[in-house]
Amino acid sequence: MSEVQFLNVHKDFSGMEVLKGINFTVESGQVACLIGPSGSGKSTLLRCVNHLETTSSGTILVGGRMIGYEVHGDRLIEAHQKDINKRRSRIGMVFQSFNLFGHMTALENVMMGPVKLLKVPKAQAEAEARELLAKVGLADRTGHYPAQLSGGQQQRVAIARALSMKPDLMLFDEPTSALDPELVGEVLDVMKALARDGMTMIVVTHEMGFAREVADVVAFMDGGIIVEAGDPNEIISRPQHERTKAFLSKVL
Amino acid sequence: MTVSELPIAVEARHDFADLASRPVLKRKRPGQLIAMVVVGLFAVMGAYVIVTNPGFGWPTVAKYLLDIRILNGLLTTIELTVIAMVLGLVIGLVIAVMRMSDNALLRGVAGAYIWFFRGTPLMVQMLFWGFAAVLFPTIGIGIPGGPMLVEWNTNDVLPLFVAGILGLGLNEGAYMAEIVRAGLMGVPAGQSEASHAMGFSRMETLRHVVIPQAMKIILPPVGNETISMLKTTSLVIVIGVGDLLYNAQQIYARNLQQIPLLIVASLWYILLTTILSLVQARIEKRYSRGNNIQARKA
Repeated sequence: MSEVQFLNVHKDFSGMEVLKGINFTVESGQVACLIGPSGSGKSTLLRCVNHLETTSSGTILVGGRMIGYEVHGDRLIEAHQKDINKRRSRIGMVFQSFNLFGHMTALENVMMGPVKLLKVPKAQAEAEARELLAKVGLADRTGHYPAQLSGGQQQRVAIARALSMKPDLMLFDEPTSALDPELVGEVLDVMKALARDGMTMIVVTHEMGFAREVADVVAFMDGGIIVEAGDPNEIISRPQHERTKAFLSKVL
Repeated sequence: MTVSELPIAVEARHDFADLASRPVLKRKRPGQLIAMVVVGLFAVMGAYVIVTNPGFGWPTVAKYLLDIRILNGLLTTIELTVIAMVLGLVIGLVIAVMRMSDNALLRGVAGAYIWFFRGTPLMVQMLFWGFAAVLFPTIGIGIPGGPMLVEWNTNDVLPLFVAGILGLGLNEGAYMAEIVRAGLMGVPAGQSEASHAMGFSRMETLRHVVIPQAMKIILPPVGNETISMLKTTSLVIVIGVGDLLYNAQQIYARNLQQIPLLIVASLWYILLTTILSLVQARIEKRYSRGNNIQARKA
């Protein structure tokens, strides 16, 4: 089970409240899209799921287990770094700026996690990495360094790298925002295939077409709260709130 | 007359189709010729002086170039360079990581180390190590204010060569720390973030992701430091370590052939720096793997 539950999640950034009590659930196997203007807190919320950001109060459960914190008496305390690392290894993350390791080839990027963290034998890890790169359509680019790949190709390698850890959950932080328009499609196609395979995904995106087509649930965020959430067609075609309407009228 | 003032008729007289079929001429640059003549004259003058002035003592240079005392000194110089650089690199890495730590105490200690070793002249530090026995006649392990468990005579465990190494290496560590820190900071934060998100610990991230990419930023200045260190080792003469320069001095103190022996030492220094420069170029090439690859910042 890999459902994600946000329970009254708050976050302060040196006095500025960027998350003001988020309550939201993503069921196992669902695709959730977080949409909203920049500065609305959607990326911060996503980064709390694998504890790249700390929270001020509230809880995030992944697969029913609290992440980043543990109960200490009647309060929460930050979990042991080892436990956090272990949880993170089961959660794949894809960044806006790809963040492929520059000194490694595409193949080495995808092999690295299994070899160094999961202690998978090199030959087996390489075979699996080649399979993953083929899955994202880059079977002929295994020996290329990130600098020799286009943005779309780099992002697909980054997805393969995240998948190499056999995650239960995938987080996407504006995966296509840094791409040239004609390269967006190839990345979205890989993500759609992933969704069809039943991967649980939380996607921060500005791609309304993708949200409408792939998402099971869409949440519109503004000012650190979820203004409205629900069926993508309902939210995108018939928004109830003024702020949602105003936002969608600008991006659609 | 500027281009815009050119009467159109002048250009129109040319047969451009015909001109286009011939290669372009290269304009003569007389300045280059003059420079060549001037440099050539100086070179001839320099060569003349070097050959004809008996003060250079070329036969003496030849006689001492492969003298066993010079070669022994050369070996000591190389040993000092290598060991002091290794020590400096290790200290530099530790201090740099400490300086970037979350722990304010560790950051403070690292800052103080750099402050102290960069703030006093290397010559003075060297003399301190040479005279360490005055400050601490014995060193050992024990309880502060209580009995000593083990104890040694400082002069026995800290021969001058070791004092020289400590003087050079500890000082180098302070400079190296700043070089390493610049290298570590030069790796985009997204690289560490991606590594952490995969579940790698801080140390694993440093080892597998950050340091390999920092290397290509760190290596050129480390090469410089090594070349600089080769010559800085000559400071050990102030505590009487028998390096290349010290042994050359010992010889000319007796035969009074100062210039030829300084030339002997210089020739060896310059040969070694040349070799080091070539090695540096090679190593840099190896570490430029996947060059220009920084995660693109959106």
